[in-house]
Amino acid sequence: MNTPEPPIPALPSSTTLIGKLGVVALISGLLVAMVYEYTKPIIAENQRAALEGALFKVLPASAESRLTYRLQDDRLVRVPDNTPNNGDLFYAGYDKDRKLVGIALTAAAQGYQDTVRILYAYDPYNSCITGFAVLKSTETPGFGDKIDKDPAFLENFQCLDAKVNDEGSALAHGIRTVRHGTKKNPWEIDAISGSTITSNAVGRMLDKSGQLFHPVIAKNLNLLENAQPATQP
Amino acid sequence: MSTPATKQETPLTLETFTAGLWKENPIFVMMLGLCPTLAVTNTLTNSLAMGAATIFVLVGSNALISGLRHFIPKQIRITTYIIIIATFVTLVDYLIQAISLDLYNALGAFIQLIVVNCLILGRAEAFASKNSFNKSVVSAAGMGVGFTFALACLGSVRELLGSGKLLGFQVFSDNFEPWVVMILPPGGFIVLGSWLLLFKWLEQRRTRKIIRTDAATHCTVRQNP
Repeated sequence: MNTPEPPIPALPSSTTLIGKLGVVALISGLLVAMVYEYTKPIIAENQRAALEGALFKVLPASAESRLTYRLQDDRLVRVPDNTPNNGDLFYAGYDKDRKLVGIALTAAAQGYQDTVRILYAYDPYNSCITGFAVLKSTETPGFGDKIDKDPAFLENFQCLDAKVNDEGSALAHGIRTVRHGTKKNPWEIDAISGSTITSNAVGRMLDKSGQLFHPVIAKNLNLLENAQPATQP
Repeated sequence: MSTPATKQETPLTLETFTAGLWKENPIFVMMLGLCPTLAVTNTLTNSLAMGAATIFVLVGSNALISGLRHFIPKQIRITTYIIIIATFVTLVDYLIQAISLDLYNALGAFIQLIVVNCLILGRAEAFASKNSFNKSVVSAAGMGVGFTFALACLGSVRELLGSGKLLGFQVFSDNFEPWVVMILPPGGFIVLGSWLLLFKWLEQRRTRKIIRTDAATHCTVRQNP
């Protein structure tokens, strides 16, 4: 006697499957939207605090107020201080006599693990890069993370040449990182031995940012000098 | 067609929670989720943060999957699980950014990569989709704590030997020369291998002891029937 075969269950229709998937997606979307709305102001505040800390470190000690500018088609447009920085902003620092004392700019490039993002100080009168603070880095501990600790590497930034050429169109000399111990020119960065990829990333990001921002800053120096700041750095 | 519930579901016991801690430890026994295990355990802080994020995703996703297990059709269950897991990973991503940007930067892409941690999808498919809400949550919490315990085991050794610190506090004197290799990827493999060796040895010792005790009991019974 043959045993009866178990009945094959009927497949649900495509409409049912799509409908049920839609319900799950709706629940997911609601959860994400709720948490996003709740955390958005907190995240923005954290980012602002991190930027403020970096600005305090990078701008000269005499800076008591600052203004935020956006680069827009070769022009500088003043924007509110709380504008999110997508890499197109820079910050001008002023002393108590409202005199321009320094400029802070962001720069980013691919490092060994991920993108390294820094805020660096630019002295527009001496055309020098005078220091930087790391905003984001996940470089290898003990190697790539030495860029803001290694004294020999930081010496590169006492006055790294970032002069604009006579035509005012680009940097006179592209900033580049050279092998450890082979630095000959003031626009070169002496790499950290064992952290070449991160050192190169610093050179690349400063060159990219310098080529984009420094000529415009040089052209609009009068505008920056005559601006009237009111906010605290 | 919805996934049928198990006919004979075992009751919720303490074992449901403790299984993940030791007997079915995700890292030391099941060897699941080794990518973040090796990548983020260079400090104890990172290990604990990754562990906490994983517990959140594991418990949240298992709770929702278990709650919807009769509603989710079998044919689209994996797609649905991935949507749910990705949702909780997105939530934990926002929450960590809100708690600490430094921590968020330190954990890097590994927060987002929790979505492909096979431990989470594995628990969803093997446990949450077949068990009650309470049991799934308790089991997920046990697995998460077990995962965190294993990450902490690795993170503490790597941070201590690799930088002479623990939770950022200096433990060894300045004369200590850090073993930088310990906070690099090879250090992850070395420390994981060493822990596995230790646990295997302990387990074998325990098994041998049980066998010896059993044999001794049999001998005593034969001599004194």
